[in-house]
Amino acid sequence: MHQFLQQIFSGLAAGSIYASVALALVMIYRATDLVNFAQGEMAMFSTYIAWTLVNVGLPFWAAFLITLVVSFLGGMAIERVIIRPVENAPVLAAVVVTIALLLIFNSTAGWIYTYTVQDFPSPFPDRPVLGALITTRDLGVIAVTLLMLVILFVFFRFTATGLAMRAAAQNPESARLCGIPVGRMLAIGWGLAAAIGATAGIMVAPVLFLDPNMMGGVLIYAFAGALLGGITSPVGAVVGGLIVGVTENLVGTYLIASQLKLTVAFALIILVLVFKPNGLFGSAVVRRV
Amino acid sequence: MEKPVSSIMPEGLGVDHFAGLSPRAWQWTLALVLILLAAALPFALSKYHVFELTMVMIYAIAVLGLNILTGYNGQISLGHGAFFAAGAYTAAILMHRYGVPYWATLPPAALICFILGVLFGLPALRFEGPYLALVTLALALAMPQLLKYFDTWTGGQQGINLVKPVPPAWLDLDLDRDRWLYLVALAVLLVAMRVAANMLHGRTGRALVAIRDQPIAAAAMGINTAHYKTLAFGTSTLFTGVAGALAAIVVGYVSPEGYSLFLSVSFLVGSAVGGIATIGGAIVGGFFIQFVPNLANDISDAAPWALYGLAMLLFMYAMPCGVVGTLGPWLTRSIGRFGPTGR
Repeated sequence: MHQFLQQIFSGLAAGSIYASVALALVMIYRATDLVNFAQGEMAMFSTYIAWTLVNVGLPFWAAFLITLVVSFLGGMAIERVIIRPVENAPVLAAVVVTIALLLIFNSTAGWIYTYTVQDFPSPFPDRPVLGALITTRDLGVIAVTLLMLVILFVFFRFTATGLAMRAAAQNPESARLCGIPVGRMLAIGWGLAAAIGATAGIMVAPVLFLDPNMMGGVLIYAFAGALLGGITSPVGAVVGGLIVGVTENLVGTYLIASQLKLTVAFALIILVLVFKPNGLFGSAVVRRV
Repeated sequence: MEKPVSSIMPEGLGVDHFAGLSPRAWQWTLALVLILLAAALPFALSKYHVFELTMVMIYAIAVLGLNILTGYNGQISLGHGAFFAAGAYTAAILMHRYGVPYWATLPPAALICFILGVLFGLPALRFEGPYLALVTLALALAMPQLLKYFDTWTGGQQGINLVKPVPPAWLDLDLDRDRWLYLVALAVLLVAMRVAANMLHGRTGRALVAIRDQPIAAAAMGINTAHYKTLAFGTSTLFTGVAGALAAIVVGYVSPEGYSLFLSVSFLVGSAVGGIATIGGAIVGGFFIQFVPNLANDISDAAPWALYGLAMLLFMYAMPCGVVGTLGPWLTRSIGRFGPTGR
């Protein structure tokens, strides 16, 4: 029983990382109807920025905040410069553009920082607490994720910009007629997604260690989490990400050796989706013909 | 013989002849000349370049398969590398364990991949857009692991080595293996393109496009959506499986690492760059998959994939509908204006 609870808690810690990246994916999907395959690599690149800042001697949390700002601006710039030209192109063209971004970020990071695996400092000490059910580091990761969710919720619920962004995502034409600068809202959405991803990257780097391929697996689990929860639902993304984290951990511990872990975890998720094709929290899309 | 249209129609209204041949005859002549050129090409090139071009054609067949599904039917697949692998391992196991001649492995590979595709297409009916992408992505990720797991059949990590086939004795050709396989691949590509054209330019193709553009309206018009979507999946994986079998024969080696997620993504990129919902675009896609990574590597050792990504970006910005999808209509317009029809 103790081991089971331990696995659940460490699953939740991993899951909160997936939940953050899933949330970033959902934000971009809601705004631009596009799955951003470069989300993980953008987060990886942000993490390298934080690593550089820490290495020049900045305190951890200062480096963290500067990275968030830089990532936010970088995300906005990517939307403006790279995504905007294919906004009205066929879907596949946009998908290929995000895949291209993935390759560019991965390769550029390898070029600048080399493919050597780097240590990344954790702001939290690594001690078991609560009767050895969870480590303080995992607890810290979960706490940061929760804090981020609360901030996002407050932003979208109680600020004018948040309201405008929701309007722009839901109905761009009407929003534009109401005088909302839809283009700028999309850019802010990308910026926020990049900052959320950066948080996830910085939180996961002490566990996975930093290298250019660090986020590959995370992105896939986050994608699965986002769809499990329903790609149009932010709450669903978070719940889905957590479920994926716990499932992955339990499957790896109790069901099967790690060789087929990914396969089994995916088979379970797909099984759920067969019965709930729009995800657990997603709404069925109604289309006009 | 059919009476030429222009002889019973007043001048300038019917189909005009140019140098005594109808436009259709011109098309056939042009195609024949191109095919002969393609068949003669290996004799002017080094063995290595012949091998590269063979791979281009194999990738083209795989991209053509993906195009049927993604381009014409609008179902995005990130997992066609898995079907490519299924075809390759079918051929490899048949040749290696049962001594089946290489040419006889193509029909079983086609059949197995068709069945796999239909089986996979049935649950995929419930998914669309990003959900289908996830399901197929899972397939692409699972494939190398499954291949390693069932190692009694697949040889596990080591994979299977094959002997490259020689031209048959009764043809009495003085050809080396690479040039012979080039001709085999060319023949299969031509058959595949013909079959795809017949299917897509007819009733089935129109049904697939209708389902892609307006699924509900298509169903209301009496198109059996489930039937055609499953058919698209099966046909698509059939083409890709045949390409995989050919690849196994031509490379002479299969191993789980050769069929990673990256291969599936490459097919999708090739399809988008060549031109979604075009048949000729598959060949452009094949060239892109085979040559652009090498080219990027030659230009910069440090960050080759960044250059590959840049190439993808440039192609998508310049030609959002792909090379053939963008240039094709433009060419037809220009020829229509100045060409033999004289309109």
